[in-house]
Amino acid sequence: MKMMSKIALAVTGLVFCASAVSAEMIQIKGSDTIVNLVQKLAEVYMQQNPEAKISVTGGGSGTGIAGMINKKCDIGNASRAISAKEIELASAAGLNPSRVVIAIDGLSVIVNDGNAVTKLTVEQIGAIFRGKITNWSEVGGSNMPITLYGRQSNSGTYGFFREMVLKGEYSPKMRSMNGNAQIVESVKADPTGIGYVGVGYVRDAAGLTVLEVAFKDGMPYASPLDEKAVESGDYPIARPLYQYVGGTVSGAVKEFMQFETSPEGQKIVQTEGFFPITDEYRNLNARVGL
Amino acid sequence: MNKRRLKEKLIEWLFFVNGMIAVLVLVGIFILLVRNAFPGFKEVSFWEFLTTSRWNPDAYDKETYGFLAMLASTGMTTIGSLLIAVPLGVGTAAYLSDVASHRVREIAKPLIEILAGIPSVVIGFLGIVLVGPVLAKLTGTYNGLNAINGSILLAVMALPTIVSLSEDALNSVPRSYEEASLALGANKWQTVIKVKIPAAASGIIAACMLGMGRAIGETMTVLMATGNAPDFPQNLLSSVKTMTATIAIELGETAYFSTHFYMLFTVGLVLFIITFFINLISDIIFHKHMKMLK
Repeated sequence: MKMMSKIALAVTGLVFCASAVSAEMIQIKGSDTIVNLVQKLAEVYMQQNPEAKISVTGGGSGTGIAGMINKKCDIGNASRAISAKEIELASAAGLNPSRVVIAIDGLSVIVNDGNAVTKLTVEQIGAIFRGKITNWSEVGGSNMPITLYGRQSNSGTYGFFREMVLKGEYSPKMRSMNGNAQIVESVKADPTGIGYVGVGYVRDAAGLTVLEVAFKDGMPYASPLDEKAVESGDYPIARPLYQYVGGTVSGAVKEFMQFETSPEGQKIVQTEGFFPITDEYRNLNARVGL
Repeated sequence: MNKRRLKEKLIEWLFFVNGMIAVLVLVGIFILLVRNAFPGFKEVSFWEFLTTSRWNPDAYDKETYGFLAMLASTGMTTIGSLLIAVPLGVGTAAYLSDVASHRVREIAKPLIEILAGIPSVVIGFLGIVLVGPVLAKLTGTYNGLNAINGSILLAVMALPTIVSLSEDALNSVPRSYEEASLALGANKWQTVIKVKIPAAASGIIAACMLGMGRAIGETMTVLMATGNAPDFPQNLLSSVKTMTATIAIELGETAYFSTHFYMLFTVGLVLFIITFFINLISDIIFHKHMKMLK
């Protein structure tokens, strides 16, 4: 009985996938960090263009890029750049992926608001998440152990944070949460906790301290909530948020992306807590026809 | 007359085909698992898989595919759940079969069986919002997403199987055993503990093993409630990442036919073999039990 229902589910899944690709529906999948943002963009876009059909789901950047390569979706959302390995797999599948930047994120490191620590350097944060620093007293806090809250390996934030901050392996003691929201909730409840999330998730969050971060000791500290610091690059762990497509940007997908990068789309980006794209990224987008 | 024979043959044939499809699906799944599991060992040594504990397929430096930590995690949550569910389940079964009035039994047993129908994602949700915070408070830690949380939830999920099948086993003990015990002057408690439960032992063990099979294979609940830290578990308060959770979390992100993809199938194959043998053994024990009572 159970097996039969599973098979039935698999079959309906297949049928659904097939019809989704053939219809004019745009399937978007990937990064948990921007799933809410892209959903909002799609909602407003569909209101203005009733004939457009867009479905947006999460699953993580790895899932989004794998979905783009495996042709399970039209757009793969990612909060990290595509890896060399993934480019290889994409070209093996006959694809030449293009990328578009739709917003900027100040990746936020958060602690419980009961924690005395309010700022850290990138090096300190890296050592904490590598498992080298295990007590808050080592970074100016009170004497209590540090509990790490991170993301699962399919997360682009997990990958980006490792490349830019850890430059090494995550401590195996880190708890892997399902998404940004779960990290926010866990750190709120845990006075010893530390976690990292997209800035869109900490705008109005009570019970948290969003840490100020400096490149290294002796350099100025900046907050990810400060738009100027993020745009100028003074905030050390700012990052572009991407959308990947399998080939050239064209058709219905292009029209939607034009909306995302338009002044109106960028206003939605800001109300969702992220930052608008800078000229640098506008130029990059222009190269793929936007 | 002839028409009726034909109809009978046709139905017989239909049932045969149905039965064969189930067997073929099982064999098909096994072949699929084996075929997708083996290519992984071109790049990963079999010895490394079996004897190391660091599973880090998406590493910064070098990928490692150690299997021990997730095996220990699965073992820990499963054994923990049995420690809770077996005494509770067998006790409930003994109560239902020997103490409860007819009316209580008629209401309680279906209710317990309904428990089996609650979607696992709902139970996982309870683990996050209810069991986790309560555990954190009781143990003086700050986060209740750990092995014991998973064990408690799995116990809840294994209970209906254990209660229902144990009660059947207790009921299948011939009435003459009970009468003989009571006639010898034993009271009801002594009869249940010293006569009925031992007589039904193999049936009860089979029930517990089926419950265990359920606990090992459960995915969504443990994925939500155990915190998923890939480290080798230190104690019941460690956050653990089970075999099922590893597959569920990672399969979506892997490119098809990569080493990581094949290694996840290997984990699936091991899981399949474990649950297959648990079901097989419980089946053998159960049939022995039925034979013995005849």
